[in-house]
Amino acid sequence: MSAILLKMSWLEPFVKIAQGERPGDQLMVILRSIGVPLIGLVIFLFIWQVGAKNINTSLGTFPGPAAVYEQTVNLFAEHNAEREKEKAFYERQEVRNEKKLAKNPDAEVKIRPYTGAPTFIDQIWTSLGTVMTGFLVASLVAIPLGIMIGLNSTLYTAINPLIQLFKPVSPLAWLPLVTMVVSAVYVTDDPMFAKSFVTSVITVSLCSIWPTLLNTAVGVSSISKDLQNVSQVLRLNWITHVIKIVIPSAIPSIFTGLRLSLGIAWMVLIAAEMLAQNPGLGKFVWDEFQNGSSQSLGRIMVAVIAIGFIGFLLDRLMLMIQRKVSWDKSVALR
Amino acid sequence: MVHLDLTDVSIEFPTPKGPYVALDGVNLKIQQGEFISLIGHSGCGKSTVLNIVAGLYQATRGGVVLDGKEVNEPGPERAVVFQNHSLLPWLSVYQNVELAVKQVFKGKKTKAEMREWILHNLNLVHMSHALDKRPDEISGGMKQRVGIARALAMEPTVLLMDEPFGALDALTRAHLQDSLMDIQNDLNNTVIMITHDVDEAVLLSDRIVMMTNGPAATVGEVLDIKLERPRNRIELADDAEYNHYRHEVLSFLYEKQRKPDEASTEKPAQNLHTDSTDPKDPVKKSASNSEAA
Repeated sequence: MSAILLKMSWLEPFVKIAQGERPGDQLMVILRSIGVPLIGLVIFLFIWQVGAKNINTSLGTFPGPAAVYEQTVNLFAEHNAEREKEKAFYERQEVRNEKKLAKNPDAEVKIRPYTGAPTFIDQIWTSLGTVMTGFLVASLVAIPLGIMIGLNSTLYTAINPLIQLFKPVSPLAWLPLVTMVVSAVYVTDDPMFAKSFVTSVITVSLCSIWPTLLNTAVGVSSISKDLQNVSQVLRLNWITHVIKIVIPSAIPSIFTGLRLSLGIAWMVLIAAEMLAQNPGLGKFVWDEFQNGSSQSLGRIMVAVIAIGFIGFLLDRLMLMIQRKVSWDKSVALR
Repeated sequence: MVHLDLTDVSIEFPTPKGPYVALDGVNLKIQQGEFISLIGHSGCGKSTVLNIVAGLYQATRGGVVLDGKEVNEPGPERAVVFQNHSLLPWLSVYQNVELAVKQVFKGKKTKAEMREWILHNLNLVHMSHALDKRPDEISGGMKQRVGIARALAMEPTVLLMDEPFGALDALTRAHLQDSLMDIQNDLNNTVIMITHDVDEAVLLSDRIVMMTNGPAATVGEVLDIKLERPRNRIELADDAEYNHYRHEVLSFLYEKQRKPDEASTEKPAQNLHTDSTDPKDPVKKSASNSEAA
């Protein structure tokens, strides 16, 4: 048990105190690991509060920490209220349908979906869905392609300039093109996905594909000569060579790429959602901006913090997976 | 019949300044069950010879014939023990050997037989206690043991060892040399081993092949070691015949094949065990210098 706790570094001093290991020293460690960031946070909040008071916009003063906290509470309350309304809506339908069936057992019964506006929390989930789809699409292309160009230096030389060319392109530049292409190509009577969703996913994929592609290629091409010799002496065929030697040896750098890609995907998504008018956090920010009430800036600030926090959580998640999968324990993953 | 036959093996590597002749006309005939050491200064092409026998390099001229068949590509019948063990770091000790066994005995052994064979080979090198350890969890000596087990598990006709103990400390090295002698007693494999270590060469070999310095390196002298087996390093330490062989090798390396840049660069054979003749001794050096000239 304590071994598991010791793996979480910030808990370490607490565990050691519990184990009776020199409490004085451990307290210092706690002070350093928790106290110092706390002091940083307090100073930041103070500067924010003071600075915000002095910025007057057409939508009122810039929101300080207190205003943002208030809006956070509001947004959660709105979310809960909306859920209540939805529940009541479905209950009403059920009651109505039961009455209908009691009168005439053959009557057709319909359940209409609830069409209330999505709340802030709903938008977060939508955004996470979109970013994961885009990230998945990008990874499914980038990893196999990266392995191929990593194995073949001619292919690498051919593709590398293109990668370098497209890597720095901003999502805002891609978006109009993607939008037009999607509206021209994605034409069905019964679309499975909304066009705005497809546009956002493609834009996210286009921007987040590069780190995974490059890191996979580098990982594959830098496989050690010795391991290649082992593979040759064993006369492994091509497929076995790739599966047993190449991919495992590239796993650490593939994951480095995936982590970078997910970070970029999340950053790009907000911009894509804003412009594509795809439901999600980006649209929430845009709508609040257009709405222009005295609360808008506070609500946008809540979104900013939520975006940052979720980005941080996504990165931690990838790090956890990376630590689990990567055999290379010699590199410190942080 | 000759078991392994190297005939006029020569190799050139292309460089920007034109082809570099690394080996020139290496001839060597090896009998079944013989233990051969290749010794020579760094950069003399010992590893190149080994890589050509392994099939990892192709000779530019001449070639290698094993049991009547020409060697053109690598294969498990010429298993290699690499200097830095070359274990797959993501596989456990057992899985590393398993990869080789599965590849070589696919369709020839049942699953149970394979398992038994893997365990048998790991047992030979005394590694059965660490089956589930990853390479980064075991010591350098242990890794090299697993590398040897992996090579032995391929049931090779020729075992090729590229400075197998070069990266190990002296005690571990002695221990592994003894293990290797025991294994060699049991299996009677043909072995070609590259070494920098004069004692190691004399202790383990049936013949020591001494190579001249590159470029265009070739076989300088071949020394037959007629010490009786099993050999014991402690008894041999005072043995006149043993010391005579040591002296032969040392005089080849430090008198006949003294590296011309040895005096200027500070890299003179750090890996060599040289208690009797000190290459750093300026008096002797100048003496051998005049001799060579």
